[in-house]
Amino acid sequence: MRSRAAVLDRATPRAGIGLKAGAWFAVLFLNLPILFIVLYGFTTDEQSYSFPPPGLTTRWFGVIMNRGDFWDALWLSVSVAFVATIAALILGTLAAAAMYRFSFFGKESVTLLILLPIALPGIVTGISLRAAFDLADVPFSYWTIVAGHATFCIVVVYNNAIARLRRSSPAMMEASMDLGANSLQTFRHVVLPNLATALLAGGMLAFALSFDEIIVTTFTAGQQTTLPIWMFKELVRPHQRPVTNVAAIIVMAITFVPILLAYYLTRDTQDVAGSGK
Amino acid sequence: MGCGVMTAAAAALTPSPRSFGSRLSTYFYLRPRLLLMLFLLPPLLWLGIVYLGSLFALLAQSFFQVDDFTGQVIYEPTLGNYARLFGAVNLSIIGRTLAMAAIVTVICGIIAFPIAYYMARYATGRTKALFYVAVMLPLWSNYLVRVYSWRLILAKEGVIHWAFNEMGLGWLLDWMLSLPVLQGSSLSTSYVGTCVTFVYIWLPYMILPLQAALERVPRSFIEASSDLGARPRQTFRKVIFPLAIPGVAAGSIFTFSLTLGDYIIPQLIGSSRPFIGQAVYQFQGTAGDIPMAAAFAMAPIVIMAIYLSLAKRFGAFDAL
Repeated sequence: MRSRAAVLDRATPRAGIGLKAGAWFAVLFLNLPILFIVLYGFTTDEQSYSFPPPGLTTRWFGVIMNRGDFWDALWLSVSVAFVATIAALILGTLAAAAMYRFSFFGKESVTLLILLPIALPGIVTGISLRAAFDLADVPFSYWTIVAGHATFCIVVVYNNAIARLRRSSPAMMEASMDLGANSLQTFRHVVLPNLATALLAGGMLAFALSFDEIIVTTFTAGQQTTLPIWMFKELVRPHQRPVTNVAAIIVMAITFVPILLAYYLTRDTQDVAGSGK
Repeated sequence: MGCGVMTAAAAALTPSPRSFGSRLSTYFYLRPRLLLMLFLLPPLLWLGIVYLGSLFALLAQSFFQVDDFTGQVIYEPTLGNYARLFGAVNLSIIGRTLAMAAIVTVICGIIAFPIAYYMARYATGRTKALFYVAVMLPLWSNYLVRVYSWRLILAKEGVIHWAFNEMGLGWLLDWMLSLPVLQGSSLSTSYVGTCVTFVYIWLPYMILPLQAALERVPRSFIEASSDLGARPRQTFRKVIFPLAIPGVAAGSIFTFSLTLGDYIIPQLIGSSRPFIGQAVYQFQGTAGDIPMAAAFAMAPIVIMAIYLSLAKRFGAFDAL
């Protein structure tokens, strides 16, 4: 009797109600809070975070149009994220190519070195860079922010690129060479098309990561105000609370696009995109 | 892909065999070490100089000291900062942060298990994709915005206090907030709020490695277990759970390390008592004492080194 039940069970695995509830609880816990930001973007309440909102209005979306400081910060963040992503794409791809193609002395240490910026807490990366800039008398600038961001973005590109390389068959490259293509042509016509979506996904994630990074940035930005720093200042000393809410909605909209795109680009290799930040 | 190979072959046949590209690729084909150097040197130089160099700068700075009168850094090695680090106030900051990191890690493990298990064993097709996006989207997006959302939710006028009052349970919340350690005027000024926000922010880091570990449990193990007469509960306890331990250990590295170093969450949500991250931030910022900040940053590094060696014993590195 019991064994028959087990056979049925195997044919159509069904989760218990408790397990299902636990799983959905986690999903709601992870995603519901974001909806409150959206709700509060429309509140008429300027002084507190009262729930339910006393009234709804779209006027804050108009107000933010005239907040030059917000748009300056947004532009700085986009530009930093763009340059940091380019740097990470170049360095991360080169590292992945080297680690995939060659085995050499100290390979393990190089892997560790690539992973270290995300394995250690962000504040360690931040204060280290700050300490180094201080010792070397490097003044804070746009480029100090980019340097910090590029450092922790390399691993994102690296992870995506190496995962794709490991899955692609070496026989393809051998076939290309056998048919007379030289290595440059093989790279251009075989390796690159195969790698392209993984690199695009890695780049998207690196962009999203850089775009809303704050922990490292506060140590490397000096007087510059990236968007997360702008938001943080507003949170500590609010000028207009609802404007911060609207800013949060805009930030969310901007980051969701590249992340979802990255997901669709690497859908067939689900463990790639999410394997560590 | 086959098409890609065809074009490659066609492209290869057209140019003269002694073209510059061919000669270049032959050159590198005969000197693989040189190619390796070309590939590896840029990223290695970057990480070596910018990152490792900075870590050494941090170590060096931690042995300098700021002159109390002039506020200038004296570049002479001293252990003064470390002596200050072991003062009662700073030790209590480290202890508080460690306790929070441990609690957050345990709660993350408890909440992550059902969803990771469900994703690994039962969800298929569209449901699985939905779950995956629901976990991944918060992981990659909007750290600050998501912290902020909890400030809205936990505020005195916010939805949780409102809901408790509507249900006539306001007294329960007030009672909890009057307890010695948890006290605060609202959830957003209590350790409870800090902890909830930490769990919320780092939860995906626990779910993903755990789900991956559970997915690797071979179906045949579970079938063998039930064939040998184990009840589902026994199978779970004796087969599935032990095999999930490396995943939990891998996830805990992230939840523990990230809680240890964070200074934004305790600053925005919680009682005003500082955590390690805030101490580091304040020493380098308002106090202008980079050497002391550097010495303080050594605390999470040492703690993480110990933690990583422990996690390694539980097989965390194979599940990363």
